[in-house]
Amino acid sequence: MKTSPSTIDRRNFIRLTGITGAGLMLGLSINVKGETNVEHSANIAEGFEFSPFVIIEKSGQITIFNTRPEIGQGVFQSIPALIAEELEVSLDQVTIKQTGGEKKFGGGQSAGGSASVRSSYNNLRQVGAAAKAMLITAASTQWAVPFGECYAESAKVIHKPSGKTLGYGDLAEAAAKLEVPKTPQLKDPKDFKILGKPSPRPDVPLKSNGKAMFGIDVKVPGMVYASIERCPVFGGTLASFDDSATKKVKGVISVETCDRTIGAQKSTGVAVIADNYWAALQGRKALVVKWDYQGNDTFNTKDFEQTLRDAAKEDGAVQYAQGDFDKAYADAPVKLEAFYETPVVSHSAIEPMNCVASWHDGDQLEIWASTQVPGNIMNSFPKTYGIPPENLKVNVMFSGGGFGRRLYPDYIHETVLLTKKIGKPVKCIWTREDDTKLGPFRPMTFSAMKGALSADGKAIAFQHKVISPTLDGKKDFDKTKADGTMTEGISEQKYEIENMKNLFVHQYMPVPLAAWRAVTSTTLAFAHECFIDEMAVKAKADPMAFRLQMLSKDSDTKNVMQKLKEVSGWDKPLPAGWGRGVAQYEFFAGLAGYVVEVSKKGTGIKIEKVFAVIDLGTVVNPDTVEAQVQGAAVMALGAATKGGIIFEKGQTVQSNYHNNQLVRINEMPKVQVHILANGGPNIKGVGEPGLPSFAPALCNAIYAATGKRIRRLPFDINKIA
Amino acid sequence: MISLNINNKVYEVDASPDMPLLWAIRDLAQLTGTKFGCGIAQCGACTVHLDGMAIRSCSFPVGAAAGKKITTIEGLSEKVGLAVQKAWVELQVPQCGYCQSGQIMSATALLTSKPHPTNADIDAAMQGNLCRCGTYQRVRSAIHRAAELIK
Ligand code: FES
Ligand code: FES
Repeated sequence: MKTSPSTIDRRNFIRLTGITGAGLMLGLSINVKGETNVEHSANIAEGFEFSPFVIIEKSGQITIFNTRPEIGQGVFQSIPALIAEELEVSLDQVTIKQTGGEKKFGGGQSAGGSASVRSSYNNLRQVGAAAKAMLITAASTQWAVPFGECYAESAKVIHKPSGKTLGYGDLAEAAAKLEVPKTPQLKDPKDFKILGKPSPRPDVPLKSNGKAMFGIDVKVPGMVYASIERCPVFGGTLASFDDSATKKVKGVISVETCDRTIGAQKSTGVAVIADNYWAALQGRKALVVKWDYQGNDTFNTKDFEQTLRDAAKEDGAVQYAQGDFDKAYADAPVKLEAFYETPVVSHSAIEPMNCVASWHDGDQLEIWASTQVPGNIMNSFPKTYGIPPENLKVNVMFSGGGFGRRLYPDYIHETVLLTKKIGKPVKCIWTREDDTKLGPFRPMTFSAMKGALSADGKAIAFQHKVISPTLDGKKDFDKTKADGTMTEGISEQKYEIENMKNLFVHQYMPVPLAAWRAVTSTTLAFAHECFIDEMAVKAKADPMAFRLQMLSKDSDTKNVMQKLKEVSGWDKPLPAGWGRGVAQYEFFAGLAGYVVEVSKKGTGIKIEKVFAVIDLGTVVNPDTVEAQVQGAAVMALGAATKGGIIFEKGQTVQSNYHNNQLVRINEMPKVQVHILANGGPNIKGVGEPGLPSFAPALCNAIYAATGKRIRRLPFDINKIA
Repeated sequence: MISLNINNKVYEVDASPDMPLLWAIRDLAQLTGTKFGCGIAQCGACTVHLDGMAIRSCSFPVGAAAGKKITTIEGLSEKVGLAVQKAWVELQVPQCGYCQSGQIMSATALLTSKPHPTNADIDAAMQGNLCRCGTYQRVRSAIHRAAELIK
């Protein structure tokens, strides 16, 4: 017998979970024994499908499908847990399989926007609850007892009065024939066994013994290795090349041209194919390539920053307005202005971009990759390569970091182009230099801030004008419009300021740009929340009290602020030479805030204490949340205090971790994380919200300790005075 | 052919002596637990033990490893390494996990030479291991925990 019997009317259930169509089962799989392997097809014997997400075999083996790529954010636990909780099984009783964009698992097969848990919370619980109801019905029918006398626990159905039990495996066949309940009863959260509790992640043992399979670890029969030399100048492309020395390198098989498309840019590079990666790299070194820079070898950061400063004088497009900012500002007794600047930064996931792809039998394509977007790949690649959708298989591997970089499949396309050309499976790995130099990058944003206070020190007018390029890299931006992504969150803060007018000024930047963890909020929050602090200073008010005064109405932001005040002991005096700063930021992904305490240490600053509060409404795995917020703080600290990415002569100056530094263990402050999970209708995200408010809280603390206001990132934390 | 002793198993690899040990381990011996991150001894993802010493295999020629005892993450079998792995799982250190083989190999080498490391010892020994996910706080705690487990 294959999978489920066809007698089930699954239509209602399908509608409920937004799933249509059918697909293959493949991808990364992990079983309870901690073995991991890449599955090329389903190996489920006599399994009964309760929905695309749950299969129960006669043997009792339970399989749950995880639709969200695991990039370090913990979805390999938190997504299956939603089903397991309602199904009354523990995660060590199930095998978790990773989906690869198959249609039957529906939309949302991606990792981005801190969306995974919050967008699945209700529908995946319903999946588990429906399957459980079917199993209980099957048992009560077999025993001829009322449904209400039975309950499920630990993959068994139990008849309460008699104590009789039947395992899920014994019930699967009969249960799978039943109609799927339309509105299954969900558990009362107070009865949760997994959700809301710190729970171990099933991928952690594999990531502690070397067995976890990342994209870079995939090996398929007949596979060859590739490394690509690409034009160092953005906007340049191949003129000619000489591969005679390359072809003499032992192990080199062939040399091919290969295109890369990223954003609005397309460029041709030269790929060296070899029978091992080292040989491909040696062959690449021996290439003699002439590039055509197409006149793009003059772009540099220094001049572009000046262009942004000049562009700040433009009126800009109105992104949001309330009250009458212009009048209120003109008439105000106390006004202030400030200009904030931030850098371009790289994603720098430690697993470099890589992909394995195999084009075979004329029009069959199989891809193995660390990617954040299997759904998009499944949707768009068949069209791009002119093959039927069913001829594409995507195997989603563990990602060695994503941070937004793996939302862009340029590196996957390159590998597909190469396998198509040479007719062999290809593994293409970017070097760290490729990864650092070629982008895409998080763009900088510059912010022109204006604020006004009443005579008694209340904020009465506020303006945040953003000057930046847009992520799509389009040159001909309609200047009458404000870009939503580049103004993310600036009009969403809960501070009650009567008159506000926020603006956007576009400035084209000729390098590939990308979303970065917490996207534009990572730079805008710095300007926004430091300037609020400047207003507090001008008003001679305590920065915490100043903010709370602008939060008279109940809101999640107010709760975060009050919690920060409480956990940090805000009102307690600090030792001499110390200062503390606060900041919060709410944006599409969620809401978090920090209090940071620093002390003066010689010419620099030491971060003494960090208190984080993240508001979630509902929490699935608090242990994962703590880890995510600590990680976000580290990433934010790096973006604020390390060099960033600089361009000269149309190229990236930095090349590897020695000149594009990341935070190291000796620089890591202790971060104490507090989670607010007070229910409420909105579930907020976990992976990103810990980033934006860290830098402004740190800079506000530095101001408190030293009187020095930092308005430009990055800054050298060892040289403040 | 170069003869390599990896995790007490002998591998005959067809490599030029200047190939970095990393690629011999990953592509030729097909042990993929050891990772590539930078290729220039800056990130620590490729850390393995050579006669018990932590080295960056991306910057160590395979020719110089012949006749020595190489241990990778797959081969940790002594008390210290197992304690480190246990602490790593107990404290749920990994996020994406990519840097963690290197972190564990560095931590094991540290605890082997210093069973009770101070925070300063940890800073010194672990500074070469980057983690973009920012697991450092748990790495530190797990090293202290492993020290307890070894006792
Ligand atoms: S790959 Fe060897 S230290 Fe980075
Ligand atoms: S766990 Fe992701 S790089 Fe360390």
